[in-house]
Amino acid sequence: MLLTVTDLHKGYASADGQITVLDGVSLSLNAGETLALTGESGSGKSTLLHLIGGLDSADRGQILLDGVDLTALNDADRAALRRGTVGVVFQQFNLIPSLRVADNISFQARLADRHDADWCAKLANRMGLDAQLDKYPEQLSGGQQQRVALARTLAPRPKLVLADEPTGNLDEETAATVLALMLDLVRDTGAGLLMVTHSQALAGQMQRQIHLRKGRIA
Amino acid sequence: MIRATLQALLSHWWRNPLQLFTLLAGLALATALWSGVQAINAEASASYDAAAATLGEGQFDQLTARDGGTIPQATYVDLRRAGWLVSPVVEGRLNGVRVVGLDPLTAPGGLGPITVSDGVEINRFLSGGGQVFGRAEVLDQLPDIGAQPVTASDVAPGTVLTDIGLAQELLGRDGVITRLIVAPEQPLGRPSLAEVAPDLTRQVAQGSNDLGRLTDSFHLNLTAFGLLSFAVGIFIVNGAIGLAFEQRRPVVRTLRALGVPLRSLMILMAAELAIMALVAGAIGVALGYVIASLLLPDVAATLQGLYGQTVSGTLQLRPVWWLSGLAIALGGTALAAASAFWRLAQMPLLAGGSRRALSMAAGRTAQVQGVLAAILLICAAGLALVADGMVTGFALLGTLLIGAALALPLILDRVLALAAWLSRGIRAQWFWADTRQQLPGLSLALAALLLAMAANVGVSTMVSSFRLTFIGFLDQRLASELYVTAEDTAQANALTAYAADRVDAILPIQSADTQVRDLPTEVFGARIGPTYTDNWTFLTATDAPWQRVADGTGILINEQLARRTGLVLGDSVPIIDTTFTVAGIYGDYGNPIGQAILSEDVFATLYPDVNALQFGLRLPPDDVAAFRADLTRDLGMSEGAMINQAGIKQFSLDVFDRTFTVTTALNVLTLAVAGFAILMSLLTLAALRVPQLAPAWAMGMTRRSLGVVELIRAVILAVFTAAIALPLGLALAWALLSVVNVAAFGWKLPMFLFPADYARLGLFALVAAALAALWPAWRLARTPPADLLKVFSNER
Repeated sequence: MLLTVTDLHKGYASADGQITVLDGVSLSLNAGETLALTGESGSGKSTLLHLIGGLDSADRGQILLDGVDLTALNDADRAALRRGTVGVVFQQFNLIPSLRVADNISFQARLADRHDADWCAKLANRMGLDAQLDKYPEQLSGGQQQRVALARTLAPRPKLVLADEPTGNLDEETAATVLALMLDLVRDTGAGLLMVTHSQALAGQMQRQIHLRKGRIA
Repeated sequence: MIRATLQALLSHWWRNPLQLFTLLAGLALATALWSGVQAINAEASASYDAAAATLGEGQFDQLTARDGGTIPQATYVDLRRAGWLVSPVVEGRLNGVRVVGLDPLTAPGGLGPITVSDGVEINRFLSGGGQVFGRAEVLDQLPDIGAQPVTASDVAPGTVLTDIGLAQELLGRDGVITRLIVAPEQPLGRPSLAEVAPDLTRQVAQGSNDLGRLTDSFHLNLTAFGLLSFAVGIFIVNGAIGLAFEQRRPVVRTLRALGVPLRSLMILMAAELAIMALVAGAIGVALGYVIASLLLPDVAATLQGLYGQTVSGTLQLRPVWWLSGLAIALGGTALAAASAFWRLAQMPLLAGGSRRALSMAAGRTAQVQGVLAAILLICAAGLALVADGMVTGFALLGTLLIGAALALPLILDRVLALAAWLSRGIRAQWFWADTRQQLPGLSLALAALLLAMAANVGVSTMVSSFRLTFIGFLDQRLASELYVTAEDTAQANALTAYAADRVDAILPIQSADTQVRDLPTEVFGARIGPTYTDNWTFLTATDAPWQRVADGTGILINEQLARRTGLVLGDSVPIIDTTFTVAGIYGDYGNPIGQAILSEDVFATLYPDVNALQFGLRLPPDDVAAFRADLTRDLGMSEGAMINQAGIKQFSLDVFDRTFTVTTALNVLTLAVAGFAILMSLLTLAALRVPQLAPAWAMGMTRRSLGVVELIRAVILAVFTAAIALPLGLALAWALLSVVNVAAFGWKLPMFLFPADYARLGLFALVAAALAALWPAWRLARTPPADLLKVFSNER
């Protein structure tokens, strides 16, 4: 099992008191498996994704990723996990605006000391970015930027890809293209994919779906 | 990981070269102004140390002739035979170089370039043609004297040292000595000086004397200006770093999300800034060297003219100085970046990646800033009531300036809010609201402008007030139409006999050194007459002060002596064996030491050995030229021995003007740096302005009118800042005149106002602001419509 989440709890303090975001969520994911996480706004989807990606820490529960208990890791160890084991695709692309496309693609792989120039070139080619490698992100369309972000995430060959509304900023046609590429490449690399989405159409293309409602799996 | 992260961080600067330039230029300018001033101070300090070390000035007691002339060599021999451990010195000038002859065998240890233990060198020093020690440029000035020149950078500027025998030969002073240095340890039971050499008088070493304190004050003033310029430069750096960090927040978030630990990120960003600080610091130190090289000759002239201290006019590259320049660049960068780093460290990983509006940040800190400003200004008000020394004086200046700089954005915000409330028409309302929104981004540059303008108003008021007072003072003190210096007593007697029937009055200028309440004081004997009674004005005086002096009961003292000793009217002042009552206190600008005036007769009784060699002659101004010719023809007086009133006044004013060349130059530089700060702020903010201006463009304003509005905005903000800078500058002038000057120089000056100067300065500031805004406004007016449209597509 690549990922096992057990009885995960997370809450935030607010002016109105404690708000429970995740209330005992458990799930699992195998290597090479794709899972869609759906739910209404505020249901806790993104929070769950952040906890699995080591971007935030849980109040209670356990996350086992490739045999490692994330909830027992400190900040530095969680950062190391984000560099090599997990890849995150954000809705806002989050590219580095001052680096060219080629450098953005290879960036995370270089952070993880796993840079493979051939693989990066192959990714760029599969993404249809060959002609854009010397450009800066601001010179690309939204769809192209998301393809760069996807290539960057896959460049270090992560075991788990987390995607947070990866097509939320794209039109329907571009979104379909990006998703198809993502599924192809995830399948090729054998990574697990956990994708947060509002779209039932996109979720339908995943092998499994989980629906969250008020912090619990419905 | 390190390499990739560093590449991502550094690429920001590559893509934003203007921001990089702002940061480097701001830091380089700040370092340049600071290190330039420090270079001058270091050079002056080294010159003082060299003078003290090589000439024994201020270190050892000295014996000099009572009549101010030379000492026969026989007197020296008598003293040595009587057991006095004294060492002879001969001094004179050759080709403008001060030649000092020492006897290394008897000179106290550590004095001069060689010591007794240096046997070989002593032989060379004493034998054959001898050796002459001095700085290279000074040795070059000497004619070929047959001695071996030895370059020694630790010899006082403008001076060469050599063996006393050679010096006597070069200066044509065989058999005479200028002064005798008294060794600190003397044998017990030796006869008194009066027994062995009654014609000599002993001058006690003053160590860190008043002159030292005065030059310290001068250097402290320079340092304060350097610090002010540095602060203005650091404002630029702070703005550039703040903006760069603000723009990189999304990148920082991305890097952290991709697995770069916060700690590593902070270390890399700190290293990045440290490298930039070192690069900018190196440029700044080089620029500082240039500034110091340009200003040093004027500073040297100032110190020579005002304090009689000789400072080398050429600059040396001292390791301590350039290392401290780099250190201050690093320290300034750390100071400017501290708040940005703090915010970065506190930023949660999942914080919004969008650009945080600067106005929101300012809104959160406005309250803290307001409280701080209020506390500082209250402290300044308190200090204004009690400050009476250099430390409290500078504390007053510091709290006043920093408090005002902190208060400026808050005051401007209220003014703009009032303008918006009063305005009619949607365009005007938008303009004022938009200007208010701009304020946080420009507040640092405006604060820099405020400080620069206030410093200009303050210092120019002080200098101009000083100048007016000084001119009045010269008219009072230099009443005689001609001043003549006799070579010796015989020529003096011939002169007085010759002039007696040819001029209206002869006023001998005679003085002796004494101590009043342990303060070195020069006592003058004045021939009281209409010249004094009609021309002199007093800061405070009893009834008929000159009459009291004339009848031998009264004494007049200068302001410096009164302030430093606490003497007031009616106090007793003992001089030798007679006690006088203070009858008047007069202003004595430019004089570093205490001064007192007695009547000529009383002076002659107290100092029978002192004969006047200088005289002021009263005669019709039209007759001066002819009388000078007569003196040359009939008495053989050289042209150099005579100077007419206009010449002295011009010389005094020249000294005065050179004194303030440095402060004026630093003022102009500070104002230029403030103008640069505005330019850089506007340029770096230009990119952030597009989203704010695009809606106005979309709603029908042309790009050209948007550019014009930007220009007008900068000028209006400069006008408001100038309006606040004026009262602040006047407060600064008051503090300088009433507190700092009194502590530094010992005299208080009246404060005059110069509205035309302030209007001209205000105009300069507006022109500087307009020029600074011109380029950003031009760029804005030429923003491609596609860039403006991007704002809306991004928002979709």
